[in-house]
Amino acid sequence: MSTPSGLSRRRFLQTSGALVIGFYVAPRSGLAAMQAPAAPALPDPNAFLRIGEDESVTVILAHSEMGQGVWTALPMLVAEELGCDWAKVRAEEAPAAPVYAHPAFGMQMTGGSSSTYSELDRYRYAGAVAREMLIQAAAEQWKVDPSACRAEAGFVVSGDKRLSFGKLAAAAQKRTPPATVKLKDPKDWKIAGRPTKRLDSPEKVTGQAQFGMDVRLPGMLTALVARAPIFGGTVKGFRAEKAKAVPGVKAVVQVPSGVAVVGEHFWAAKLGRDALEIDWDPGPGADLDTQRLREEFRAAAGTPGTKAAAAGDVDAALKSAAKTVEAEYEVPYLAHAPMEPLNCTVRIGADGAEVWTGTQFQTMDQTVTAKIAGLKPEQVKIHTMFLGGGFGRRATPTSDFVSEAVQVAKAAGGAAPIKVVWTREDDIHGGYYRPMYVHRLRVGLGADGKPVAWRQTIVGQSILEGTPFAPMMIKNGIDDTSVEGVADSPYVKGTASHLVDLHSPKKTIPVLWLRSVGHSHTAFVMETFVDDLARAAGQEPLEYRRRLLSEHPRHLGVLNLAAEKAGWGRPLSGGRARGLAVHESFGSWMAQVAEVSVASGRVRVHRVVCAVDCGICVNPAGVRAQVEGAVAFGLSAALHGELTFKDGRVQQSNFHDYPLLRLNEMPEVEVHIVPSSEKAGGIGEPGVPPVAPAVANAIFAATGQRLRRLPFRLA
Amino acid sequence: MKLNVNGKEYEAAAPDDMPLLWVLRDILGLTGTKFGCGMAQCGACTVHVDGQAVRSCVTPAASVQGHAVKTIEGLSAPGLSAIQRAWIEEDVVQCGYCQPGQIMAAAALLAARPHPSDADIDNAMSANLCRCGTYLRIRAAVRRAAELAGRTA
Ligand code: FES
Ligand code: FES
Repeated sequence: MSTPSGLSRRRFLQTSGALVIGFYVAPRSGLAAMQAPAAPALPDPNAFLRIGEDESVTVILAHSEMGQGVWTALPMLVAEELGCDWAKVRAEEAPAAPVYAHPAFGMQMTGGSSSTYSELDRYRYAGAVAREMLIQAAAEQWKVDPSACRAEAGFVVSGDKRLSFGKLAAAAQKRTPPATVKLKDPKDWKIAGRPTKRLDSPEKVTGQAQFGMDVRLPGMLTALVARAPIFGGTVKGFRAEKAKAVPGVKAVVQVPSGVAVVGEHFWAAKLGRDALEIDWDPGPGADLDTQRLREEFRAAAGTPGTKAAAAGDVDAALKSAAKTVEAEYEVPYLAHAPMEPLNCTVRIGADGAEVWTGTQFQTMDQTVTAKIAGLKPEQVKIHTMFLGGGFGRRATPTSDFVSEAVQVAKAAGGAAPIKVVWTREDDIHGGYYRPMYVHRLRVGLGADGKPVAWRQTIVGQSILEGTPFAPMMIKNGIDDTSVEGVADSPYVKGTASHLVDLHSPKKTIPVLWLRSVGHSHTAFVMETFVDDLARAAGQEPLEYRRRLLSEHPRHLGVLNLAAEKAGWGRPLSGGRARGLAVHESFGSWMAQVAEVSVASGRVRVHRVVCAVDCGICVNPAGVRAQVEGAVAFGLSAALHGELTFKDGRVQQSNFHDYPLLRLNEMPEVEVHIVPSSEKAGGIGEPGVPPVAPAVANAIFAATGQRLRRLPFRLA
Repeated sequence: MKLNVNGKEYEAAAPDDMPLLWVLRDILGLTGTKFGCGMAQCGACTVHVDGQAVRSCVTPAASVQGHAVKTIEGLSAPGLSAIQRAWIEEDVVQCGYCQPGQIMAAAALLAARPHPSDADIDNAMSANLCRCGTYLRIRAAVRRAAELAGRTA
């Protein structure tokens, strides 16, 4: 997910009604606004951790665990300051409540690769405040000065006296929290900063972990919803007789998104839905067609759009350039396809509602549920379950899958909790895709081979248009998520005359942020095009990048590290060739070198060497896992991912025609982390952007074929 | 219908065509087995029938009457199997949703080939998708599980 940059609470409340509450007033704009501001007051440790009489320390998570490892990283931060025994540490998800609002974004959410770095202070302070309170409690019992006490491995110790945290917890809770505490210097960290195994492994390897899909409540029913086969379509009428005749089907109800069949279990609801007869009004999207979209986008790319970045006189500079290079790029619509299909369980009672789901957007879900059920937000309890993957799909500004489930529960009436389950086909057909984009570039080079004019037009649907985020995040007609990685690219900014403009055509297709958002296409364009520029300039790609990025030490740092570890320039055997890419996103820098061979028209990626600079690193094991996973995610998009439309309908439906990377296609991945004491950056997403361009550049090196469309299709 | 799951006899009131996956999850309450695709494409629903890995989403429950079904819940009783220990030691999981299926696939592989080659691992494990991309650690954990099992055997 991207940065709600420059959010202003007042402006937000003024412009968007009461849907979302309490955005923090970001003091700076752009990327800087992602960094957590200094905590205005120390956090109340009671909200963030619980010490049990059994010596357990339970850390309460303001962010959802979707595989990215907050279940481990946030407890590490608490434990580091608390001085507890790591073996006693547990985690649990927080309820939806204002105290758990994201320190930078002001709503409870998980996204923007921000969970760990944005909480670096709050969770450490929570641990430190609790430690001081435990120390005070012990000092009082022993009648010694607190300064003579210290916390270690779950005990407060003073001389030969020791009391365990569990024994002190009750007394400590009554102490007044200190007004100030000092955090450890990260160089003195004992738990944080070291590779640490995940805390959620035991339950996840035994099948005990509870995902939203696994929720079971007394009397619970399961519903499937028949949604319009064409986006924007509506129900004209339906016949439910056959559906109702399916054994186990309890009810058929109409909801705003379609017709829901409620059954005793999934299978009854599924057979019931299959038996529904619905007459759809296709709406305005009936002639949606990928080939036509492509033509339309390409035509738009040849016309001036809304300015996203501009300097100098780009036309004049192009005319006087020693050489010009042009190219056009295209990337398709993509589905997130998390392994756990969407689902949401809702119970509406007389005085409140409860929601069980895997979500990245608790505040939104709570607000929307309250509105539909006619309740106040505080009457809505959100139970955040484990997420079987998110990748942005579980962070919808419309709360689509939650609001729909609330609608189903409301329409069905009755006290029974209802779980709405999406099938994989529902997921692939369900919209909220990474938008399709077309880029057109025309760049002029000077006599020294460096760009002197950079002209780039981007065409693709806006993710934020029409959402509650639009008023703050679309500035001067520019949705930042469409141009990030281009408008702020060091290549563009470093070119004296440049013009980046944007067309955001409106379509019926719902679109959304997908892991690495705009960077998922912009890095591919920029890093393959820079290879073309290097060639046009007669320079070697690594050397050329070093020249263009000479003022960007963190780009250079990862570039040089990846090149060195990959043996850049050293000969390769077996028909292999290397390609390189470097990109900054979410406050982190990432370079990758891919080793690829191409045989009988098939691309094989053998090895990807990654160098990452994410500033202060909390769990290097987690960083490694995120980067490996990002390589797989990036390769799925580069080699396979493509959704197409014909006669208004999505043509793909399940993993047989929307394939994901499989184990036998997984390359070796090396992850090298730049040691750093710089401000922490994100890690969930930055590994994705360089994958496609590094592989494309390697394919070029191997075959001479320049691929400018994703997924790769060799000629 | 009568089902034998993890060594226990169950009487399940379910239509004959109901896939084993949904009988396990929605009727017997064994939710460790996951739904990912419903068409034998992802392996999230992998269980063992008489020791063979099968996709429970496309296996009619009625067809496994009289056979021994094993799910992830049965693999860890009593105590973690070598495979599960290897999974923890290699820190395999991310979101974890695919992992019961991955582990059941690995268990069937190791039962058939206690010392699998890399090609065996690729063959046996490529039918199981992991959107989080834990594949490298899955490979490592299968190798480690083979070692662990060899040590205790
Ligand atoms: S759910 Fe059975 S293979 Fe995917
Ligand atoms: S761990 Fe998330 S899908 Fe495999």
